Amino acid sequence: METVVFLISAAVILSGALGVIFSKNPVHSALFMVQTLFGVAVLFVLLEATFLAAIQVIVYAGAIVILFVFVITLLGVDRAEDLKVEPISGQRPLAVVLGASIFGIILTVLIVAVGGPTGEQVANTPIGDATDNTKILGEALFSTHVFSVELTALLLTVAVVGAVVLSTRPTKPLISTLDKQQNDNLEDELEEKGEE
Amino acid sequence: MSITTTWYLLLAAILFSIGTTGLLVRRNPLIMFMCIELMLNAVNITFVSIGSHLNDLGGQLAVFFVLVVAAAEVVIGLALVVAIMRRRSRTNADDLKILGG
Repeated sequence: METVVFLISAAVILSGALGVIFSKNPVHSALFMVQTLFGVAVLFVLLEATFLAAIQVIVYAGAIVILFVFVITLLGVDRAEDLKVEPISGQRPLAVVLGASIFGIILTVLIVAVGGPTGEQVANTPIGDATDNTKILGEALFSTHVFSVELTALLLTVAVVGAVVLSTRPTKPLISTLDKQQNDNLEDELEEKGEE
Repeated sequence: MSITTTWYLLLAAILFSIGTTGLLVRRNPLIMFMCIELMLNAVNITFVSIGSHLNDLGGQLAVFFVLVVAAAEVVIGLALVVAIMRRRSRTNADDLKILGG
């Protein structure tokens, strides 16, 4: 039973990941990413990490992908990139070679490490049942790791403030300098094209 | 055939490689972000499966923090993309080659 669930969710995850890469339309990529994220959530349930499975669906599929879709809406989907044009010659084969070599490195480590870690294993906090996974995780987070939790709260606050600062329109003097810079850039580009 | 931790690690390795390849191949910044999310998910699978293998809650705790960092990263990254798009009309990572000086 576990094998069947694992194999199905692995197929869902990998096909979704390939879909993200090969879709021309960014919206399709976002939907394929939802597929991958759900597969990962199923794996978390299989590993008895029920709280993380719920968080995976709520935060990733519910918040992050929606954010992606909103930004795609803002920027417009008509900018579908032409996958046939290769801007830097040899970029794709090199990228595939690099990805394959990273996979090879991880595979080598896996093969070498078969048999598991050799040292003495000491579990700091044992994992309980799947039923009280949330309770154990919450107790660990708010007792031993409470400082880290506070730091993540600070990080999220900084991120929200940063997003607001980045997305508000700059004040007047900044706009004029930016416009001037942009004009210069455009001129540079025109010159480059003229030279070609 | 029973599923051992090695299978989870293998799946995570494949997912990570797909994410890396996509990050290098695609030029749309949004899809590049999605590939980064794929790589983070691969790492999350690794954390949880190793944690379950060693009967240690530390793996799940790490995933919790990775989730928070991923959320913050996406928020800032997408705000940057929108801010850049306000100045330039194209969403292509190669168009930002002006950063090269």
